[in-house]
Amino acid sequence: MKTESIKKNLTTRSKKAKIERFGKLVSFICILIIIAVVVAIFYFVSSKGLATFFQNKVNVIDFIFGKDWQPSSVDQSGKPLVGALPMIAGSFIVTVLSAIVATPFAVGTAIFMVEVSPKRGANLLQPVIELLVGIPSVVYGFIGLSVIVPWIRGIFGGTGFGILAGAIILFIMILPTVTSMTVDALKSVPRHYREASLALGATRWQTTYKVVLRVATPGILTAVIFGMSRAFGEALAIQMVIGNSAVMPTGLLTPAATLTSVLTMGIGNTISGTLQNNVLWSLALVLLFMSLFFNLIMRMIAKKGAMN
Amino acid sequence: MNAKKIDKMATGVLFGVSCVLVLLLASFLGYILVQGVPHISWHFLTAPAKSFQSGGGIGLQIFNSLYLLVLTMILGIPISLGAGIYLSEYAKKNWLTDCIRTAIEILSSLPSVVVGLFGFLVFVLQFQFGFSILSGALALTFFNLPLLTRNVESSLQAVPYTQREAGLALGISRWETVTKIIVPEALPSILTGIILASGRVFGEAAALIYTSGQSAPTLDFTNWNPFDETSPLNIFRKAETLAVHIWKVNSESTTPDAAAISSGASAVLILGVLFFNLFARIIGNRIHKKMTAS
Repeated sequence: MKTESIKKNLTTRSKKAKIERFGKLVSFICILIIIAVVVAIFYFVSSKGLATFFQNKVNVIDFIFGKDWQPSSVDQSGKPLVGALPMIAGSFIVTVLSAIVATPFAVGTAIFMVEVSPKRGANLLQPVIELLVGIPSVVYGFIGLSVIVPWIRGIFGGTGFGILAGAIILFIMILPTVTSMTVDALKSVPRHYREASLALGATRWQTTYKVVLRVATPGILTAVIFGMSRAFGEALAIQMVIGNSAVMPTGLLTPAATLTSVLTMGIGNTISGTLQNNVLWSLALVLLFMSLFFNLIMRMIAKKGAMN
Repeated sequence: MNAKKIDKMATGVLFGVSCVLVLLLASFLGYILVQGVPHISWHFLTAPAKSFQSGGGIGLQIFNSLYLLVLTMILGIPISLGAGIYLSEYAKKNWLTDCIRTAIEILSSLPSVVVGLFGFLVFVLQFQFGFSILSGALALTFFNLPLLTRNVESSLQAVPYTQREAGLALGISRWETVTKIIVPEALPSILTGIILASGRVFGEAAALIYTSGQSAPTLDFTNWNPFDETSPLNIFRKAETLAVHIWKVNSESTTPDAAAISSGASAVLILGVLFFNLFARIIGNRIHKKMTAS
């Protein structure tokens, strides 16, 4: 009788082991849900986005490099006019412009906060930047509409809507994010690097420029790319100020369009399954691939940075 | 020029750059508050919106934003808690974990408009939820999951390993160690993360335009039956949020006092985010004091 119960104890799972198995399963299911979401997003967006090419027989090259965007009409040879180049170009131009302007400000401020005046940085700048990171994008769009567009109109003439207004809004929008990420990158540079450099007799600027910035470069690059991917995917703020006309951008002041602005405007006005609708999903697919691309670059930088 | 002079100059330039940035950002904040706060009144905060005449309020939009926030968090917190626990406690260092982390990273970097369109396709059209608060909450949950999961994971990782050893030494299972010892210890920082994420949900618009809709039907606040058309609790009704409202009045321009409404609503949004930030800090400190001996 006694051996029976010992045998039973040894061969069956204890209650604790059952709880453990249950817990592991539950937490793994949560992970599976997240993965399922990612797979589903890719599946649905590509199944819709690729329909343009498989069902409507639009040439991929024509789509990416075509300059005419009039999805409801066709050209002389009967091909639909679905060239996405104006939007792709618009998205790239506003993104690159805003990143070029934002980077020096962000890096300069971050250096000031970490290297020059940590106390003032922590007390004054940190809270402001943290708060600004959380400001909703429609608020930026509204400011753009009510301040920046009239301002451009007053100085340069024209309507004021256009790439310049979009780039300025994105610049202000990504500034806090890029700054706070650069601050993190600078802070993660070990203290003894600075001490060694200062001990050699280098000034603070020499230490910052020749040692700290070099070590933090991968981190700073990641911050800038992250800002760019934010800018590329931003929809509403841009849509409010860029003017939304899908023509090839010719100058900074003429109205243009981005992938996101055309998407937000158009998707509700087209019927599901038609070419006009499918081609919008193709734009969403381009957007998806671009965000993957930015992700890839950040990974590469991280890998390179980890090696030194 | 000698090194010392360059150092002084560089310091000056850096100071200047930071000043410009602070001025820029401060004037931005100031502008919104100065323009917006005078429009905030009890009437503005509670009255329903009007589309073709001036004098409308944002009452329903505020309620919708908050309700959506609550739903999103109810959906998102359990999943992210589980996922965070798995990544922090169970995940081994292998290709599967790498894949999982990559997937989470990709999800967090997707533009919100793409997540919104996915929600439109799947929940609104495929599952026939229509433009509804449920579709919006599901889309926002997806959008929020990676951030929350990462927050839970890093909060759990910050708990010293000795606490886990102590739990295991007492003979309780790993799962019980995590749920009864580690999670309570990490709770303040998990909560802080959740509140900060709430601020983000509160202001999100792009993912909501085509999921929770761009109109706010009148609600009957005495009707608390969640299955009724006019009940505020009904999850299948259209629900325009505050951020979507700002976007809509500005891009449709049918409302004569669009500028006044959007500046008021912007100020409310910013004060909301400010409130969430402060709240996160206070709650974090408070709970930490309560739950630990220090």
